[in-house]
Amino acid sequence: MAKGSGRTLYDKVWESHTVDILPTGQTQIFIGLHLIHEITTAPAFDMLREKGLKVAFPERTFATLDHIVPTDMRARPFLDSQAEELTQALEKNTGQFGIQFYGLDSDRQGIVHVIGPQLGLTQPGMTLACGDSHTSTHGAFGTLAFGIGTSQVRDVLATQTLAMDKLKVRRINIHGALSAGVYAKDIILFIIRRLGVGGGKGFAYEYGGSVVEKMSMEERMTICNMSIEGGALVGYVNPDEITFAFLKGREFVPKGEDFERAVAYWSSIASDPDAHYDDVVDMEASEIEPTVTWGINPGQAVGILEKLPDPERCSDPEGAKRAYEHMGWKPGSPILGTPINVAFVGSCTNSRLSDLRAAAKIAKGRKVHPAIRALVVPGSAAVKVLAEKEGLDRIFTEAGFEWREAGCSMCLAMNPDKLKGREICASSSNRNFIGRQGSPGGRTILMSPAMVAAAAVNGKIVDVREYV
Amino acid sequence: MTVETKIAKVTGTAVPIRGNDIDTDRIIPARYLKEITFARMGEYPFYDERFDSEGKPKSHPFNDPKYQGASILLVNKNFGCGSSREHAPQALFRFGIHAIVGESFAAIFAGNCVMMGMPTVTVTSIEIEELMKAVESNPRGVLSLDLEKKSLSCRERQIRFDIPDSYRSALMTGSWDCTSMLHANLDKAKKAAAKLPYMTAFKG
Repeated sequence: MAKGSGRTLYDKVWESHTVDILPTGQTQIFIGLHLIHEITTAPAFDMLREKGLKVAFPERTFATLDHIVPTDMRARPFLDSQAEELTQALEKNTGQFGIQFYGLDSDRQGIVHVIGPQLGLTQPGMTLACGDSHTSTHGAFGTLAFGIGTSQVRDVLATQTLAMDKLKVRRINIHGALSAGVYAKDIILFIIRRLGVGGGKGFAYEYGGSVVEKMSMEERMTICNMSIEGGALVGYVNPDEITFAFLKGREFVPKGEDFERAVAYWSSIASDPDAHYDDVVDMEASEIEPTVTWGINPGQAVGILEKLPDPERCSDPEGAKRAYEHMGWKPGSPILGTPINVAFVGSCTNSRLSDLRAAAKIAKGRKVHPAIRALVVPGSAAVKVLAEKEGLDRIFTEAGFEWREAGCSMCLAMNPDKLKGREICASSSNRNFIGRQGSPGGRTILMSPAMVAAAAVNGKIVDVREYV
Repeated sequence: MTVETKIAKVTGTAVPIRGNDIDTDRIIPARYLKEITFARMGEYPFYDERFDSEGKPKSHPFNDPKYQGASILLVNKNFGCGSSREHAPQALFRFGIHAIVGESFAAIFAGNCVMMGMPTVTVTSIEIEELMKAVESNPRGVLSLDLEKKSLSCRERQIRFDIPDSYRSALMTGSWDCTSMLHANLDKAKKAAAKLPYMTAFKG
């Protein structure tokens, strides 16, 4: 496969979006869709004003609030004056520059990586940038999507283009079929564990193989979301009938004959059957167990029935030792049975309807362990409404979970949802970095939403396969 | 472009921060991203590693008087992994760091550094260990990065480093702050956009 002469989706989209080759040797790439939120954008708008520039394509940028949004008391002004200030800045900037803004009063508000696909803004064959590293999520649609810094947000606003270097492409095939209790989250944790947190540096990851081809769009989004945790700026799946069926009828997706033309274009940008890849990796789904992290980066993960590793046998012994120091655990101990204090279902990785259904299936008819604080934070206002129509909110609240408003919440704890002290959190989010969930001493164990729900009702890490 | 924006050399004392996979949450905890400008970021790099819950300093190279005034940061593998927050390089830069030498850097972090005019250059594991030891034993020793020669000097020693050609060119020609360069092509961008079917909503 690596020796083919055909082109990948990455090659095709890169070429179709090339504006020019810059004097630095970089390529100037047109950005089809730009998503912004309240955290990484305020200085970018200030820079525009300093330079006296306008927004070049205001209709190609969409804004929402997600990172700092309180998920319980959303009344304005927010109790957190900094959150209020950032929100007002985004309201002012989007108003002044003519950018569509979905604020808290909008039924389209939500985590930027949940609402893009939900509204049909995210489409195959586009380039998509956002000041957030988990922008790779949108790659599930065959979109070249990547996170950017604030200076680059400024450049996209001012020119709708970026100066970029082309990546290599690594094809990752997941063969076979997943067993019950093993989810998309387990696959991506397995991939990162296998290839390393820096292993994707310089690559775009193209995910395929029989497992990925059968996956729903929401599962593909979970996989692509964490590409950056493996060091890959971009992760994508070739668009197919599952992609087109998901998009059909969504607000920003063309209708009628225009939709047929769109499907023809979207099909044309998929990787050729004889595409050339710079690297190909094959993995077997049968080897993948429910997977959880034990350390301080997403690559420090084990299968639920494994024992914690000997640091000297880890790829980075010093990093493993530091992880043990922070987590307070010992090599050779089981991760199964580890007591937890907090359970969090949410984040751009796992806060969509299918994630909430998977967690609710475990929570139904059970009770959250009395010592556990458990919260479910839907990814968007629309996900919340759909979940409530199905009665998922009642399943969660009857079990003792808190049912919240949409936002990033305890994934990065920029709102009031935080760990305290040395608390351990079973979390469906994407990063177990030291301090990530709001307490410098806090500890995060990443896992699938179903595993989080099972941990919440047991008060400790369990094997969700006993419940499905 | 003014002359000052061209970055060909960075010279100064250095500070090592050991460890692979140092993530952006460690470089700058998310709570500081709530500030509306980058102005005060220089107060916060590695905050939770440098200060305890009462704000008392802990042992950390950035708190160590012997490294005071250092402008070159020495790191190991995959430095800056995690978030796209430009606050991370902004915090380091405003603290006084003007170049980073490491074994490897995370993609978004390295891109953000270039956009600010801060070179990130790579050397081998053996070389970074040698540099870290040299700086730990002689923290007042001056290092000099020469982007033209892709060479780093540390006392008598010359070490060749790597940097992507485009980064090197952007820094040396002063086009790292590339908005004006991109903006000059706005007509070309509009022409390229007009060829993309989704820009016309697939209207036949």
